[in-house]
Amino acid sequence: MRVVHYLNQFYAGLGGEEAASLEPRVVAGPVGPGRLLDQLLGELSGGAHRIAATVVCGDDHAAATAGVTERLLELVREQGAELLLAGPAFGSGRYGLACARLAAAGTAAGLPSIAAMHPDNPGLGEAGRAPVVAAGASAREMRPTVARLAAAAVRLAAGEELTGSDGRVSRTVRLGRIVERTGAERAVALVLRRFAGETDVTEIPLGGFDAVDPAAPVDTPAGALVALLTEGALVPAGNPDRLESARATRWLRYDVAGLDTLAGGEWESVDGGFATTAANADPNRLVPLDAARALEREGYLGRLHGEVLVTVGNGTTVATARRFGIEWGARLRKAQVQAAILTAT
Amino acid sequence: MERAGIPTAVITNLVSIAEQVGAPRIVRGGGIPYPAGDPELKPDAERAWRRRLVQRALDVVATPVERPTVFEVPTTNKPEATEAARA
Repeated sequence: MRVVHYLNQFYAGLGGEEAASLEPRVVAGPVGPGRLLDQLLGELSGGAHRIAATVVCGDDHAAATAGVTERLLELVREQGAELLLAGPAFGSGRYGLACARLAAAGTAAGLPSIAAMHPDNPGLGEAGRAPVVAAGASAREMRPTVARLAAAAVRLAAGEELTGSDGRVSRTVRLGRIVERTGAERAVALVLRRFAGETDVTEIPLGGFDAVDPAAPVDTPAGALVALLTEGALVPAGNPDRLESARATRWLRYDVAGLDTLAGGEWESVDGGFATTAANADPNRLVPLDAARALEREGYLGRLHGEVLVTVGNGTTVATARRFGIEWGARLRKAQVQAAILTAT
Repeated sequence: MERAGIPTAVITNLVSIAEQVGAPRIVRGGGIPYPAGDPELKPDAERAWRRRLVQRALDVVATPVERPTVFEVPTTNKPEATEAARA
Protein backbone atom coordinates (compact mmCIF):
# COMPACT_ATOMS: atom_id res chain seq x y z
CA MET A 1 0.00 0.00 0.00
CA ARG A 2 0.97 3.57 -0.62
CA VAL A 3 1.58 5.07 2.81
CA VAL A 4 1.56 8.76 3.66
CA HIS A 5 3.19 9.78 6.93
CA TYR A 6 2.35 12.86 9.02
CA LEU A 7 5.04 14.66 11.06
CA ASN A 8 5.38 18.00 12.83
CA GLN A 9 8.03 20.53 11.88
CA PHE A 10 10.46 19.26 14.47
CA TYR A 11 10.56 15.61 13.44
CA ALA A 12 10.57 16.62 9.77
CA GLY A 13 13.79 18.50 10.45
CA LEU A 14 12.32 21.87 9.50
CA GLY A 15 12.95 23.64 12.80
CA GLY A 16 12.00 23.85 16.45
CA GLU A 17 9.64 26.21 18.25
CA GLU A 18 10.64 29.09 15.99
CA ALA A 19 9.10 27.12 13.09
CA ALA A 20 5.90 26.12 14.94
CA SER A 21 3.78 28.35 12.68
CA LEU A 22 4.89 26.47 9.56
CA GLU A 23 2.02 25.89 7.13
CA PRO A 24 1.16 22.45 5.74
CA ARG A 25 3.55 21.10 3.12
CA VAL A 26 4.46 17.86 1.42
CA VAL A 27 7.91 16.28 1.35
CA ALA A 28 8.66 13.37 -1.00
CA GLY A 29 9.35 9.99 0.59
CA PRO A 30 10.07 9.28 4.26
CA VAL A 31 11.91 11.77 6.51
CA GLY A 32 13.07 11.75 10.13
CA PRO A 33 11.45 8.87 12.05
CA GLY A 34 9.68 8.03 8.78
CA ARG A 35 12.91 6.43 7.54
CA LEU A 36 12.86 3.82 10.29
CA LEU A 37 9.10 3.40 9.90
CA ASP A 38 9.50 2.89 6.15
CA GLN A 39 12.27 0.36 6.68
CA LEU A 40 10.25 -1.67 9.20
CA LEU A 41 7.09 -1.49 7.07
CA GLY A 42 9.09 -2.79 4.12
CA GLU A 43 10.56 -5.65 6.15
CA LEU A 44 7.24 -6.69 7.69
CA SER A 45 5.32 -6.57 4.42
CA GLY A 46 7.95 -7.87 2.02
CA GLY A 47 8.16 -4.44 0.45
CA ALA A 48 4.41 -4.14 -0.08
CA HIS A 49 3.94 -1.04 2.09
CA ARG A 50 6.21 1.95 1.62
CA ILE A 51 6.06 5.61 2.61
CA ALA A 52 5.47 7.59 -0.57
CA ALA A 53 5.29 11.05 0.96
CA THR A 54 5.37 12.94 4.24
CA VAL A 55 2.91 15.68 5.11
CA VAL A 56 4.29 18.23 7.58
CA CYS A 57 2.72 21.04 9.60
CA GLY A 58 4.00 23.30 12.40
CA ASP A 59 2.62 22.52 15.86
CA ASP A 60 1.07 25.93 16.51
CA HIS A 61 -0.46 26.08 13.06
CA ALA A 62 -1.86 22.56 13.41
CA ALA A 63 -3.33 23.16 16.86
CA ALA A 64 -4.77 26.63 16.36
CA THR A 65 -5.92 27.06 12.76
CA ALA A 66 -9.51 26.49 11.69
CA GLY A 67 -9.85 23.99 8.86
CA VAL A 68 -6.27 22.78 9.10
CA THR A 69 -7.23 19.12 9.54
CA GLU A 70 -9.27 19.18 6.32
CA ARG A 71 -6.36 20.82 4.53
CA LEU A 72 -3.90 18.20 5.80
CA LEU A 73 -6.21 15.36 4.78
CA GLU A 74 -6.51 16.94 1.33
CA LEU A 75 -2.71 16.90 0.99
CA VAL A 76 -2.62 13.27 2.16
CA ARG A 77 -5.26 12.38 -0.46
CA GLU A 78 -3.38 14.23 -3.21
CA GLN A 79 -0.42 11.94 -2.55
CA GLY A 80 -2.61 8.95 -3.36
CA ALA A 81 -2.58 7.60 0.19
CA GLU A 82 -4.01 4.14 0.83
CA LEU A 83 -2.85 4.19 4.43
CA LEU A 84 -2.17 7.16 6.72
CA LEU A 85 0.22 7.00 9.68
CA ALA A 86 0.58 9.99 12.03
CA GLY A 87 3.30 10.50 14.60
CA PRO A 88 4.54 9.19 16.97
CA ALA A 89 3.70 12.30 18.97
CA PHE A 90 4.90 10.84 22.31
CA GLY A 91 3.74 13.23 25.09
CA SER A 92 3.65 16.37 22.93
CA GLY A 93 0.20 17.98 23.24
CA ARG A 94 -0.09 20.09 20.11
CA TYR A 95 1.47 17.37 17.96
CA GLY A 96 -0.79 14.76 19.57
CA LEU A 97 -3.90 16.80 18.81
CA ALA A 98 -2.83 17.18 15.19
CA CYS A 99 -2.08 13.45 14.77
CA ALA A 100 -5.34 12.41 16.46
CA ARG A 101 -7.50 14.81 14.45
CA LEU A 102 -5.90 13.85 11.16
CA ALA A 103 -6.26 10.12 11.88
CA ALA A 104 -9.88 10.69 12.96
CA ALA A 105 -10.62 12.61 9.75
CA GLY A 106 -8.91 9.95 7.62
CA THR A 107 -10.83 7.14 9.30
CA ALA A 108 -14.11 9.02 8.96
CA ALA A 109 -13.39 9.48 5.24
CA GLY A 110 -12.70 5.77 4.78
CA LEU A 111 -8.91 6.02 4.63
CA PRO A 112 -7.29 3.49 6.99
CA SER A 113 -5.37 5.64 9.50
CA ILE A 114 -3.38 5.19 12.70
CA ALA A 115 -1.91 7.75 15.09
CA ALA A 116 0.75 6.97 17.70
CA MET A 117 1.12 8.86 21.00
CA HIS A 118 1.59 8.36 24.72
CA PRO A 119 -1.60 7.20 26.49
CA ASP A 120 -1.61 10.45 28.55
CA ASN A 121 -1.42 12.68 25.47
CA PRO A 122 -4.45 15.03 25.48
CA GLY A 123 -4.82 14.36 21.76
CA LEU A 124 -6.06 10.88 22.52
CA GLY A 125 -9.59 12.14 23.20
CA GLU A 126 -9.72 13.67 19.71
CA ALA A 127 -9.07 10.46 17.82
CA GLY A 128 -12.73 9.66 17.20
CA ARG A 129 -12.96 6.16 15.72
CA ALA A 130 -9.34 6.07 14.59
CA PRO A 131 -7.00 3.59 16.22
CA VAL A 132 -4.22 5.13 18.29
CA VAL A 133 -1.31 2.95 19.34
CA ALA A 134 0.79 3.65 22.39
CA ALA A 135 4.04 5.56 22.14
CA GLY A 136 6.57 6.07 24.90
CA ALA A 137 6.59 9.32 26.85
CA SER A 138 9.47 10.77 24.86
CA ALA A 139 11.57 10.26 21.76
CA ARG A 140 13.98 8.14 23.78
CA GLU A 141 11.50 5.35 23.06
CA MET A 142 11.47 5.98 19.33
CA ARG A 143 12.51 2.52 18.15
CA PRO A 144 10.01 0.35 20.07
CA THR A 145 7.27 2.90 19.34
CA VAL A 146 7.92 2.93 15.61
CA ALA A 147 8.13 -0.88 15.62
CA ARG A 148 4.69 -1.03 17.26
CA LEU A 149 3.26 1.45 14.77
CA ALA A 150 4.68 -0.49 11.81
CA ALA A 151 3.27 -3.81 13.07
CA ALA A 152 -0.14 -2.22 13.68
CA ALA A 153 -0.04 -0.67 10.20
CA VAL A 154 0.54 -4.05 8.60
CA ARG A 155 -2.40 -5.51 10.52
CA LEU A 156 -4.71 -2.63 9.63
CA ALA A 157 -3.64 -2.81 5.99
CA ALA A 158 -4.70 -6.48 6.04
CA GLY A 159 -8.17 -5.33 7.08
CA GLU A 160 -7.91 -6.44 10.69
CA GLU A 161 -9.32 -4.59 13.69
CA LEU A 162 -6.63 -3.24 16.04
CA THR A 163 -7.01 -4.16 19.71
CA GLY A 164 -5.18 -3.77 22.98
CA SER A 165 -2.71 -6.47 21.94
CA ASP A 166 -1.55 -4.19 19.11
CA GLY A 167 -0.88 -1.49 21.69
CA ARG A 168 -4.14 0.27 20.86
CA VAL A 169 -4.97 2.87 23.52
CA SER A 170 -7.83 4.72 21.83
CA ARG A 171 -11.46 3.85 22.31
CA THR A 172 -12.27 0.24 21.56
CA VAL A 173 -15.47 -1.71 21.58
CA ARG A 174 -16.35 -2.89 25.08
CA LEU A 175 -17.50 -6.45 25.35
CA GLY A 176 -19.58 -7.72 28.26
CA ARG A 177 -18.26 -10.64 30.25
CA ILE A 178 -19.41 -12.65 33.23
CA VAL A 179 -17.46 -12.00 36.43
CA GLU A 180 -17.56 -14.15 39.51
CA ARG A 181 -18.43 -11.48 42.06
CA THR A 182 -21.05 -8.75 41.81
CA GLY A 183 -20.20 -5.06 41.90
CA ALA A 184 -21.49 -4.83 45.49
CA GLU A 185 -19.18 -7.62 46.63
CA ARG A 186 -16.21 -6.10 44.87
CA ALA A 187 -16.99 -2.66 46.32
CA VAL A 188 -17.07 -4.03 49.88
CA ALA A 189 -13.84 -5.92 49.25
CA LEU A 190 -12.21 -2.68 48.03
CA VAL A 191 -13.36 -0.77 51.10
CA LEU A 192 -11.94 -3.46 53.38
CA ARG A 193 -8.62 -3.32 51.57
CA ARG A 194 -8.62 0.46 51.99
CA PHE A 195 -9.28 0.10 55.72
CA ALA A 196 -6.30 -2.23 55.79
CA GLY A 197 -4.14 0.60 54.50
CA GLU A 198 -4.06 -0.09 50.76
CA THR A 199 -5.21 3.40 49.82
CA ASP A 200 -4.42 3.17 46.12
CA VAL A 201 -6.57 0.21 45.11
CA THR A 202 -9.30 0.90 42.54
CA GLU A 203 -11.02 -0.72 39.60
CA ILE A 204 -11.21 2.58 37.76
CA PRO A 205 -7.99 4.57 37.83
CA LEU A 206 -8.56 8.30 37.44
CA GLY A 207 -6.34 10.42 35.26
CA GLY A 208 -3.88 12.44 37.30
CA PHE A 209 -2.60 15.97 36.91
CA ASP A 210 0.77 16.18 35.27
CA ALA A 211 3.55 18.41 36.49
CA VAL A 212 3.94 21.69 34.61
CA ASP A 213 7.33 23.27 34.18
CA PRO A 214 6.88 27.00 34.87
CA ALA A 215 7.58 29.27 31.93
CA ALA A 216 10.40 31.77 32.14
CA PRO A 217 9.17 35.17 33.33
CA VAL A 218 8.96 38.21 31.07
CA ASP A 219 11.69 40.81 31.64
CA THR A 220 9.21 43.50 32.54
CA PRO A 221 5.43 43.80 32.11
CA ALA A 222 6.05 47.24 30.62
CA GLY A 223 7.49 45.61 27.51
CA ALA A 224 5.08 42.69 27.20
CA LEU A 225 2.02 41.88 25.12
CA VAL A 226 -0.41 40.49 27.70
CA ALA A 227 -3.67 38.56 27.21
CA LEU A 228 -6.66 38.31 29.54
CA LEU A 229 -8.27 34.87 29.82
CA THR A 230 -11.08 33.47 31.92
CA GLU A 231 -12.78 30.20 32.68
CA GLY A 232 -15.67 32.17 34.20
CA ALA A 233 -17.83 32.06 31.04
CA LEU A 234 -17.99 35.82 30.43
CA VAL A 235 -19.76 36.37 27.10
CA PRO A 236 -21.64 39.20 25.39
CA ALA A 237 -25.15 39.64 26.85
CA GLY A 238 -27.52 37.09 25.41
CA ASN A 239 -24.71 34.55 24.88
CA PRO A 240 -24.81 34.76 21.07
CA ASP A 241 -22.36 31.88 20.61
CA ARG A 242 -24.20 29.61 23.05
CA LEU A 243 -21.30 28.82 25.36
CA GLU A 244 -22.24 25.96 27.69
CA SER A 245 -22.84 26.80 31.35
CA ALA A 246 -21.07 23.59 32.38
CA ARG A 247 -19.00 20.79 30.87
CA ALA A 248 -17.50 22.95 28.16
CA THR A 249 -16.71 21.39 24.82
CA ARG A 250 -15.31 24.56 23.32
CA TRP A 251 -13.91 28.00 23.99
CA LEU A 252 -14.57 31.40 22.46
CA ARG A 253 -12.70 34.61 21.87
CA TYR A 254 -14.05 38.13 22.09
CA ASP A 255 -12.64 41.32 20.64
CA VAL A 256 -11.96 43.94 23.31
CA ALA A 257 -9.65 46.17 21.30
CA GLY A 258 -10.73 49.76 21.91
CA LEU A 259 -12.80 48.89 24.99
CA ASP A 260 -11.82 50.60 28.26
CA THR A 261 -14.14 48.59 30.44
CA LEU A 262 -16.62 45.72 30.34
CA ALA A 263 -19.97 47.37 30.93
CA GLY A 264 -22.66 45.72 33.02
CA GLY A 265 -25.60 44.81 30.79
CA GLU A 266 -23.34 44.32 27.79
CA TRP A 267 -21.53 41.27 29.14
CA GLU A 268 -22.71 38.44 31.35
CA SER A 269 -21.39 35.25 32.86
CA VAL A 270 -23.27 32.11 31.89
CA ASP A 271 -21.28 29.94 34.30
CA GLY A 272 -23.65 27.53 36.01
CA GLY A 273 -21.28 26.89 38.89
CA PHE A 274 -21.44 30.11 40.94
CA ALA A 275 -23.74 33.05 41.70
CA THR A 276 -23.11 35.44 38.83
CA THR A 277 -24.96 38.48 40.25
CA ALA A 278 -21.83 40.40 41.32
CA ALA A 279 -19.94 39.59 38.12
CA ASN A 280 -22.87 40.60 35.94
CA ALA A 281 -23.30 43.90 37.81
CA ASP A 282 -19.66 44.73 36.99
CA PRO A 283 -18.05 42.26 34.55
CA ASN A 284 -14.62 43.73 35.35
CA ARG A 285 -14.89 41.71 38.57
CA LEU A 286 -14.52 38.64 36.40
CA VAL A 287 -12.21 39.94 33.67
CA PRO A 288 -10.32 43.02 34.95
CA LEU A 289 -10.26 44.89 31.66
CA ASP A 290 -10.72 48.33 33.22
CA ALA A 291 -7.68 48.00 35.48
CA ALA A 292 -5.56 46.36 32.76
CA ARG A 293 -6.45 49.12 30.31
CA ALA A 294 -5.57 51.83 32.84
CA LEU A 295 -2.21 50.16 33.52
CA GLU A 296 -1.60 49.89 29.77
CA ARG A 297 -2.28 53.60 29.37
CA GLU A 298 0.18 54.41 32.14
CA GLY A 299 2.84 52.17 30.62
CA TYR A 300 2.95 49.64 33.46
CA LEU A 301 1.66 47.04 31.00
CA GLY A 302 3.22 47.08 27.53
CA ARG A 303 0.18 46.24 25.41
CA LEU A 304 -3.06 44.40 26.01
CA HIS A 305 -3.91 41.64 23.52
CA GLY A 306 -6.97 42.47 21.42
CA GLU A 307 -9.03 39.43 22.32
CA VAL A 308 -10.14 37.80 25.55
CA LEU A 309 -10.26 33.98 25.49
CA VAL A 310 -13.22 32.52 27.34
CA THR A 311 -14.48 29.13 28.38
CA VAL A 312 -16.37 27.68 31.31
CA GLY A 313 -14.44 25.66 33.87
CA ASN A 314 -17.55 24.36 35.61
CA GLY A 315 -17.50 20.56 35.44
CA THR A 316 -15.19 20.61 32.44
CA THR A 317 -13.06 17.46 32.23
CA VAL A 318 -9.33 17.64 32.78
CA ALA A 319 -8.72 16.20 29.32
CA THR A 320 -10.84 18.91 27.68
CA ALA A 321 -9.24 21.63 29.77
CA ARG A 322 -5.78 20.42 28.77
CA ARG A 323 -6.80 20.59 25.14
CA PHE A 324 -8.08 24.17 25.62
CA GLY A 325 -4.78 25.06 27.29
CA ILE A 326 -2.82 23.71 24.34
CA GLU A 327 -5.04 25.51 21.84
CA TRP A 328 -4.89 28.78 23.78
CA GLY A 329 -1.13 28.51 24.11
CA ALA A 330 -0.71 27.91 20.38
CA ARG A 331 -3.07 30.73 19.42
CA LEU A 332 -1.44 33.24 21.77
CA ARG A 333 2.06 32.25 20.69
CA LYS A 334 1.07 32.88 17.07
CA ALA A 335 -0.09 36.34 18.14
CA GLN A 336 3.24 36.78 19.97
CA VAL A 337 1.55 37.19 23.35
CA GLN A 338 4.22 36.99 26.04
CA ALA A 339 2.22 36.71 29.27
CA ALA A 340 -1.33 36.09 30.42
CA ILE A 341 -3.68 36.76 33.30
CA LEU A 342 -6.27 34.03 33.78
CA THR A 343 -9.16 34.56 36.16
CA ALA A 344 -10.64 31.39 37.62
CA THR A 345 -13.81 31.02 39.67
CA MET B 1 -0.17 28.07 28.91
CA GLU B 2 2.94 27.90 31.05
CA ARG B 3 3.98 24.78 29.17
CA ALA B 4 3.65 26.74 25.94
CA GLY B 5 6.16 29.21 27.36
CA ILE B 6 3.65 31.91 28.32
CA PRO B 7 3.94 32.85 32.00
CA THR B 8 0.37 33.04 33.29
CA ALA B 9 -0.93 34.51 36.54
CA VAL B 10 -4.02 32.63 37.69
CA ILE B 11 -6.23 34.94 39.76
CA THR B 12 -8.48 32.77 41.91
CA ASN B 13 -9.75 32.30 45.41
CA LEU B 14 -9.49 28.54 45.17
CA VAL B 15 -5.74 28.73 45.71
CA SER B 16 -5.45 25.25 47.19
CA ILE B 17 -7.00 23.71 44.07
CA ALA B 18 -4.78 25.82 41.83
CA GLU B 19 -1.77 24.61 43.81
CA GLN B 20 -2.87 20.98 43.69
CA VAL B 21 -3.26 20.98 39.92
CA GLY B 22 0.16 22.58 39.60
CA ALA B 23 -0.54 26.10 38.32
CA PRO B 24 2.87 27.75 38.77
CA ARG B 25 1.79 31.37 39.37
CA ILE B 26 -1.25 31.91 41.58
CA VAL B 27 -2.61 35.25 42.79
CA ARG B 28 -5.28 35.25 45.49
CA GLY B 29 -8.38 37.00 44.19
CA GLY B 30 -11.27 38.85 45.79
CA GLY B 31 -13.81 36.04 45.97
CA ILE B 32 -14.80 32.83 44.26
CA PRO B 33 -17.55 34.36 42.09
CA TYR B 34 -15.61 37.61 41.51
CA PRO B 35 -11.86 36.90 41.38
CA ALA B 36 -11.11 40.49 40.33
CA GLY B 37 -13.67 42.27 42.47
CA ASP B 38 -15.06 42.79 45.94
CA PRO B 39 -18.66 44.03 46.05
CA GLU B 40 -18.25 44.90 49.74
CA LEU B 41 -15.94 47.75 48.90
CA LYS B 42 -17.11 51.14 47.76
CA PRO B 43 -16.78 51.50 43.97
CA ASP B 44 -13.67 53.69 44.15
CA ALA B 45 -11.98 51.44 46.68
CA GLU B 46 -12.86 48.36 44.64
CA ARG B 47 -11.39 49.84 41.49
CA ALA B 48 -8.24 50.80 43.37
CA TRP B 49 -7.95 47.29 44.78
CA ARG B 50 -8.50 45.69 41.34
CA ARG B 51 -5.76 47.87 39.98
CA ARG B 52 -3.37 46.60 42.68
CA LEU B 53 -4.48 43.05 41.89
CA VAL B 54 -3.71 43.37 38.18
CA GLN B 55 -0.47 45.18 38.95
CA ARG B 56 0.48 42.28 41.20
CA ALA B 57 -0.43 39.76 38.48
CA LEU B 58 1.81 41.66 36.06
CA ASP B 59 4.67 41.60 38.58
CA VAL B 60 4.09 37.86 39.00
CA VAL B 61 4.52 37.06 35.30
CA ALA B 62 7.83 38.89 35.53
CA THR B 63 8.89 36.77 38.53
CA PRO B 64 10.69 33.43 38.22
CA VAL B 65 9.06 30.49 40.04
CA GLU B 66 10.07 26.87 40.38
CA ARG B 67 6.87 25.33 41.73
CA PRO B 68 3.25 26.36 42.35
CA THR B 69 3.59 29.63 44.25
CA VAL B 70 0.85 31.75 45.81
CA PHE B 71 1.20 35.53 45.69
CA GLU B 72 -0.90 37.75 47.93
CA VAL B 73 -2.05 41.23 47.01
CA PRO B 74 -1.23 43.96 49.50
CA THR B 75 -4.53 44.69 51.19
CA THR B 76 -3.63 48.11 52.58
CA ASN B 77 -6.78 50.10 53.36
CA LYS B 78 -8.97 47.16 52.56
CA PRO B 79 -10.30 46.39 56.09
CA GLU B 80 -11.01 50.04 56.77
CA ALA B 81 -12.58 50.46 53.38
CA THR B 82 -14.74 47.42 54.00
CA GLU B 83 -15.85 48.81 57.34
CA ALA B 84 -16.54 52.14 55.77
CA ALA B 85 -18.66 50.47 53.14
CA ARG B 86 -20.66 48.68 55.79
CA ALA B 87 -21.04 51.70 58.04
